[in-house]
Amino acid sequence: MHSSSRRLLTAVALSTVVAVVGTACSSGAGSTDAKDADSGTYTIWDPYPQFAKGSAWTKLLDKCGTQAGVKIQRTGYDTSDLANKTLLAAQQGNSPDVLIVDNPVVSTLAEAGVLTTTDENKLDTSKVDPNLLAAGQSGGKTYGTPIGANTLALYYNKKVLKEAGVDIASVKDWTSLTAALAKVEKAGKKGITFSAIGTEEGSFQFLPWFWGAGAELTGLDSAPAVSALSLWKDWLKQGYAPNSVINNTQTTSWQEFAGGDYAFAENGTWQLANAEKAGFEYGVLPIPGSDGGHAAAPTGGEFVTLPVQEDTGRYTTSQKLATCLTSTQNLYDTDTTLSYVAPTGEVQDKQVAANPALKPWVDAVKSAKGRTSGDLGTKYPKISEQLWKAVQSALSGAKSPKDALTSAQAAVK
Amino acid sequence: MGPMKLTAHPPDHRPVRTPTGPAGAFAPPPARPGTRRRPTSQQWAAWAFLTPVTLYLVLFYAYPLYRNLDLSLRDYTVRSFVQGNAPFTGLENYGKVLDDPTFAPALLHTVVFTAVCLVFQYAIGLALAVFFHQNFRLSATLRALFLVPWLLPLIVSASTWSWMLNSDSGIVNALLSTVGIDPVNWLTSPSWSLTSVIIANIWIGVPFNLVVLHSGLQSIPAGLYEAAALDGANAWQRFWRITFPLLRPVSAITLLLGLVYTLKVFDIIWIMTKGGPADSSTTFATWSYQLGFGNLLPAFGPGAAVGNLLVVAALVFGLLYIRVQRKQALS
Repeated sequence: MHSSSRRLLTAVALSTVVAVVGTACSSGAGSTDAKDADSGTYTIWDPYPQFAKGSAWTKLLDKCGTQAGVKIQRTGYDTSDLANKTLLAAQQGNSPDVLIVDNPVVSTLAEAGVLTTTDENKLDTSKVDPNLLAAGQSGGKTYGTPIGANTLALYYNKKVLKEAGVDIASVKDWTSLTAALAKVEKAGKKGITFSAIGTEEGSFQFLPWFWGAGAELTGLDSAPAVSALSLWKDWLKQGYAPNSVINNTQTTSWQEFAGGDYAFAENGTWQLANAEKAGFEYGVLPIPGSDGGHAAAPTGGEFVTLPVQEDTGRYTTSQKLATCLTSTQNLYDTDTTLSYVAPTGEVQDKQVAANPALKPWVDAVKSAKGRTSGDLGTKYPKISEQLWKAVQSALSGAKSPKDALTSAQAAVK
Repeated sequence: MGPMKLTAHPPDHRPVRTPTGPAGAFAPPPARPGTRRRPTSQQWAAWAFLTPVTLYLVLFYAYPLYRNLDLSLRDYTVRSFVQGNAPFTGLENYGKVLDDPTFAPALLHTVVFTAVCLVFQYAIGLALAVFFHQNFRLSATLRALFLVPWLLPLIVSASTWSWMLNSDSGIVNALLSTVGIDPVNWLTSPSWSLTSVIIANIWIGVPFNLVVLHSGLQSIPAGLYEAAALDGANAWQRFWRITFPLLRPVSAITLLLGLVYTLKVFDIIWIMTKGGPADSSTTFATWSYQLGFGNLLPAFGPGAAVGNLLVVAALVFGLLYIRVQRKQALS
């Protein structure tokens, strides 16, 4: 009984191994065949799943494909999924020909050796604003070109401010902003909402205040950094900002503002279309620095990159596709659809000429800073994680701003 | 070699088996032991039937487990993940995880979360099962209503809970304020966040306990209760002397399954608090995800190590259960 069952087991194990090896071999062979057979098909991955087949975006992709003489196979992924999907695909040797990806991910993918440099793929980046391009550079090399940029600013509700007797022109620095919030609070309305959630979004939203105080990502526990976190903490303590910011995503924070009770909301370029629909008059103010002036906000938006291929002959066509997507006219169309600011001065002027309301956003983008810039590269994700944890600890009352940032800095090292 | 030789035989034996088809109507019992004595064809057929299952198990269970183990024993960076040349580092990732300041709180939260959820889910589930066992009017309808949490997709129930528990606009705080209690920062205070996710998870887990325990109750013979009633036992005594002991095997399996489900709960916590604020509701499941996917720069090795610790914990309890079962069967 025992020996026969053992024999059976070995046989089953053997047959499965054979079968697995068999399928592995055949699938390997199959996929290379497929690639050779339709080398006229180029794959593009983007983080815009909201654009279905037939939308302006997919039509643009097809148009660029036709111009380059190839067929386009496009897949839209959720932006948070895209980095891992790309790493897995690269591991399997299945990278897409063109990859459009969130800018802070570029340095991670570059570090993984997944992306070609502009030296290799001959993409022209000379027209792009240097502060935007910096997010795609590491170790002196450039790994793509931005398709559009967005950043953060303060939206304000004109009616709420008027009722509270706040003149928006008086809001110039943190002191005057806090004074405005106090007035709003006294008038029975709500002050400001933002997102301090424990993800990258939380760091993204905190950075304008962090940089606006003069802090640097290389020193999370500096005095200016503590003053920025104390500003947020005090707003929560005074009731100027709701406690729910600790769990707010940028979308839920926007919903709070769209409710009409809040005077200010920190949010991005991409909410412009929703702001028009909100049903009240709004204005946009660049985020002030602690002592006045504009704080540097982090750049958002995606890069067009060309992943490494086994068949390097494909780069020529991929480069044509990328160049087509980032040509002046196409950039204008795409960035209008996405509600982004264009990455080149030429297209920015065109955007402002068509819609003067974009002016504060173009200014904000011009003074914006890449999160991975300054050769932080793959150090940024680690710093950012500690930063959002510190923000969460301080705002939830687990630690004082100073202690939270001190342990954050210790954890980065 | 053995299996190869056998492959030649089956075609010859096939015709022998087919006649049992039409004749099977009256001859199945003798036919079975008959075929059993023909080892070659029987074994061949067994392998043929086993192969799909084995393939499935190997491809979808054994291989991922092996990969996870492999991930946890190597020093993966994004670069070596893509190029597949990560150096073998033995238990270094496990050491890293143990030394991490998140380890102790995550362990504590996992234990508290699992224990409290299990106790309440089981107690409430059992109480409801006994209640519904009385088969009063509308009991079936009401019981069906209690199943709703189970039928809802987790993302729906977790999002709903997080709206209800919102500090500023949540309905729970609105209710509390009408009774004159100060609002509680359910999800955003480090002292409440774990409680909040536990409450939500208990609500989701009760229906499972209710259903399994209710079906267990139906297998207890009604005669026992009648006899006990004749002997003058009150309701409380009947519960403790009859229901509870006779329900023990069902309870054991309910608790074991509940334990495995609860250990790995991830969605509810992630949607409601992301393990925060400040790690105050982080369990091993959310920590593992946070390490592997929650950051722009994934730490696959430590993430896999935490995941494996969870698998081992579930396995230990599974084995413990089998041992207890065996002891009970022997005694």
